[in-house]
Amino acid sequence: MISCDEATAICDKNQYGEASRWDKLRLNFHLLLCKHCKTYSKQNNIITKMLGNYLDTCDGSKHLSNEEKKVLDIKLHEAMKKK
Amino acid sequence: MSSNKKHTLNPTKWIELYADYLFNYTITRVNNHDIAKDLVQETFFSGIKGQDNFRGQASERTWLISILKRKIIDHYRKINSAKGKKEVRMSFYSDGERKGSWIEECVPQNWVNEAEKSIENDELKSVLNKCIDHLPDKYRMVFLLKTIQEYETQEICNELGITSSNLWVIIHRARVQLRKCIEENWFNN
Repeated sequence: MISCDEATAICDKNQYGEASRWDKLRLNFHLLLCKHCKTYSKQNNIITKMLGNYLDTCDGSKHLSNEEKKVLDIKLHEAMKKK
Repeated sequence: MSSNKKHTLNPTKWIELYADYLFNYTITRVNNHDIAKDLVQETFFSGIKGQDNFRGQASERTWLISILKRKIIDHYRKINSAKGKKEVRMSFYSDGERKGSWIEECVPQNWVNEAEKSIENDELKSVLNKCIDHLPDKYRMVFLLKTIQEYETQEICNELGITSSNLWVIIHRARVQLRKCIEENWFNN
């Protein structure tokens, strides 16, 4: 039987849909017998969902100030002249 | 369908139209205001220099994003070469009789607040940010490229000169550490 380290590694790979069929088989067998990895696997799915929302929930609190944009605009115009 | 329709570039409008969008795109990936600002600036500069390469098939914004993506990877690569200070904590025994088994204090705990804790929440986002931030640079980079930017495995391996088994070891360690950090800071605190 594969170790917990190996099982969770497959579980991680599977979050990206890239675990092979043979890997998944070995993982599922391990999960039948190992409570810790079963917990890990379940929580891993939750984390994947959280990360899916990660970019969508951008709160907009981080942005360029108007002054920064002005400076950038000046630099950009200089660059355009040089071109 | 509208293959005849050509897009054109108008750099004088770039700041107004795309500065916020590009900055937002960058900040979620590099998590540092000044670095993000520099990357956006460099993207605009490269855009101006490379105007002649623009074939008009993609929109202006898509074209700028493709330049920006490259800048971000270059940036990741730079921090990759500097030795990271943060360490990966081992969660499994690395040798001996129990090789590959969970180390006791790293065993996943049940998440007591699992039901109440919404997964769409600003507070959660800051916990996620903090936990991702605690990953060593190289791990964070590979993890973000794969998970958030959704690069193909092969693409990342080519860019960073690592094998795909390297990549999956890194993803594995990053996620094990991330899970533990989220448990400690979000669910069971």
